[in-house]
Amino acid sequence: MNLLGKLTWAAIPWDSPLPLFASAAAALAILGTLGWVVARGHFPYLWKEWLTSVDHKRIGVMYTVLALVMLLRGFTDALMMRSHQAIALHSNGYLPPEHYNQVFSSHGTIMIFFVAMPFMIGLMNFVVPLQLGIRDVAFPTLNSVGFWLTATGALLVNISLGVGEFSRTGWLPYPPLSELAYSPGVGVDYYLWALQISGAGTLLSGINLTTTILKTRAPGMSLLRMPMFCWTSLASNLLIVAAFPVLTATLAMLILDRYLGFHFFTNDHGGNMMMFMNLIWAWGHPEVYILILPAFGIFSEVVSTFSSKPLFGYRSMVMATMVICVLAFMVWLHHFFTMGAGGDVNAFFGIMTTIIAVPTGVKVFNWMFTMYGGRVRFDVPMLWAIGFIVTFVIGGMTGVILAIPPIDFLLHNSLFLVAHFHNVIIGGVLFGAFAGYHYWFPKAFGFRLHSGWGKAAFWFWLIGFYVAFMPLYVLGFFGMTRRMQHYDVPDWQPWLIVASVGAGLIAIGIGCLIVQLVTSIRDRKELRDPTGDPWEGRTLEWAVPSPPPVFNFAVLPEVSGEEAYWAMKHAVRGGPEPSYGAIELPRNSPTGVVCAFFATVMGFALIWHIWWMAIAGLFGAWATFIVFAWRDHSEEIMGADEVRHTDLGARGQPA
Amino acid sequence: MSVATASPDDPHAVGHGPRTEAHGGVASKRIIVGYGFWIFLVSDIIMFAAFFATYAVLSGATAGGPSGKDLFDLQTTAVETGCLLLSSFTCGMATIAAHVRRQGWFQAMMAATFVLGAAFIAIEVHELAGFVGRGAGPDRSAFLSALFALVGCHGVHVTAGLLWLLTMMAQVYAKDFRDDIMRRILCWTLFWHALDIIWVALFTLVYLIGSAA
Repeated sequence: MNLLGKLTWAAIPWDSPLPLFASAAAALAILGTLGWVVARGHFPYLWKEWLTSVDHKRIGVMYTVLALVMLLRGFTDALMMRSHQAIALHSNGYLPPEHYNQVFSSHGTIMIFFVAMPFMIGLMNFVVPLQLGIRDVAFPTLNSVGFWLTATGALLVNISLGVGEFSRTGWLPYPPLSELAYSPGVGVDYYLWALQISGAGTLLSGINLTTTILKTRAPGMSLLRMPMFCWTSLASNLLIVAAFPVLTATLAMLILDRYLGFHFFTNDHGGNMMMFMNLIWAWGHPEVYILILPAFGIFSEVVSTFSSKPLFGYRSMVMATMVICVLAFMVWLHHFFTMGAGGDVNAFFGIMTTIIAVPTGVKVFNWMFTMYGGRVRFDVPMLWAIGFIVTFVIGGMTGVILAIPPIDFLLHNSLFLVAHFHNVIIGGVLFGAFAGYHYWFPKAFGFRLHSGWGKAAFWFWLIGFYVAFMPLYVLGFFGMTRRMQHYDVPDWQPWLIVASVGAGLIAIGIGCLIVQLVTSIRDRKELRDPTGDPWEGRTLEWAVPSPPPVFNFAVLPEVSGEEAYWAMKHAVRGGPEPSYGAIELPRNSPTGVVCAFFATVMGFALIWHIWWMAIAGLFGAWATFIVFAWRDHSEEIMGADEVRHTDLGARGQPA
Repeated sequence: MSVATASPDDPHAVGHGPRTEAHGGVASKRIIVGYGFWIFLVSDIIMFAAFFATYAVLSGATAGGPSGKDLFDLQTTAVETGCLLLSSFTCGMATIAAHVRRQGWFQAMMAATFVLGAAFIAIEVHELAGFVGRGAGPDRSAFLSALFALVGCHGVHVTAGLLWLLTMMAQVYAKDFRDDIMRRILCWTLFWHALDIIWVALFTLVYLIGSAA
């Protein structure tokens, strides 16, 4: 009986300097920041105003910060892979195979679960209640719990860098490789528990936003008056509610296989590993749309605003969104046409996949017709949107090519596939996230981001993307498969070198974004947005001051049509002072952050088989909820005078 | 029926005339909490659906080990089912007691629900332990893995429901039928009834069909 389970000093990778130094540097950076915060006396502020905040705006910002930090981590993995493959002809490159396999696994895991997801959920969290004209989400404390559980997952993945190892089985742990027989280490366990915990957080957030959109809207905001971003958020969150439980169940089965000797996906005793592919992609394909639909919403808002026109074909856009939401569940098998399900099954899923391109095409035409005849302003968010339309159409086309089963047999698991999904995820999701980041930043902080650096970042990203990924399409046609640690085909090398140059250009793009953030904070006085409406916006989030007061709307707006704010600002701006009333506000609560602490303890203990600690962690999390359930005052009242004072103050008209 | 007229503020005329009660603003807290919990239940049922589908795929994969027909004892399972269905009835009585604010009846009915739920769990644990004792544990075959996971997942839910039940009894005892506690009672009863529905599906698809086949 070992008190620390499988955990020993050997878990620290003393013999591999790269992860050792990286994790030491990361730990020092975190401790250094924490030390600075405490030493300068900022900790009470951080604790009261951010860590325990249940304000949807603060939680949205924290989600986005998490995504940006993890983007740096995931991109470091990408740079390592690209540079490694550029030199790995007839040689072992500089990353040993076990390490290389961990790098591509953590790259995919981090980019999907801890960059794309928190970025999108963060933007939805921040924007949706403002666009709906309400004061917070339906369940504010649950929102905080959801965020902190996501952060727990990210933390566990990063702990694996310095304690033990990460999964080597790719971003989806395909059995039988991920079974105990072939992956006896803790890598897969890190993956499983990090995703189970953060998946629970995502589900909570999905339930929360679905309820928010369907049950809490400003008076007069009927469903068909909602801004497009709210519609795509609704579709995305419905997909979260419907798909994430399948992920939880699937990963639970793999956990049972690994921990208790079950035989769901094993080679022997009747296990069926292809069932894992079906189950994981029954979640995995909707996941693609969970990520891209909010991005479609962002582009709809951005294209309409910067074309100075209402969105073209609003109702067809709603229809297309909901059709994608349903069809998302009917195409999963195209991820493994080569399984051998037979010609009929493959044909069905090939046709469904082609059909799902139709509503997406509707959207692309709607965006183009919105621009047509409009007064297009080429601000930074609009650049990302236009870059998206061009890039995404290419990615969509290669997707339709892959959807044809006979072609897929040739291209399956080749670099063509890798190029395709980066084409849609970078060109779609990430460009959408950056468009939203630039678009709503002034709303969140009261000053704009420097546009020169923003434009530089956009061009480096766009060109870098094409230079990095177009060669991968070519390599796919040459027959190069994904995840190769070394190769001996000299014809491939020039293309891989070009691709690594592209990764370098993207690195400069990321550098520009960092410089942009720093200079914008430095020059925040010049970049200030005193109006609350820096882009001539059309939806309700621009009706409140920037940054919005804690209650968002001092008086809930009465919505009398589509594009609520566009109508309002031509009617009401400069009108009489509204009649302020008292407001009920949810009280901040440490439930989320404390619960996440115990979840981290529990996850870490389960990974290392430290059973007493796992039970203690579970008990702690449960006790946290009991304490929360026992509190007598869940809300506080802000009196009418204070509401008036805060609202006028935020509008720059001190009372 | 009046014809919808486009107002100048409504560029696509999608507002369809004057506002109706249907979208009169933010719903009441009771509606929001109940609705949100229903959505959670939907997600939970989808998770069970994944386990059911897995069971359907693996139900024939006995790997030379025992099948459902060799293992299931319908009489025990019938008693088990009776306990759970009765507990739904007492749970309903507790809801009525809460609505008329009768603390004594509420506590009595919740206690009865607890006893019935605990009996269900005890019978289930006894049954599964019996399987393991006969060499038919979850590591014997994929069929048994799927069976233990499906039944176990339901059992874990019922156990969590029992813990929640005790918490609700304590909360009502300490704080009486406050509005927020009434909303939690609503969620708990929804949870308990949903587990009943899942058990009905489980009893039918696993035990009845498994004993017959």
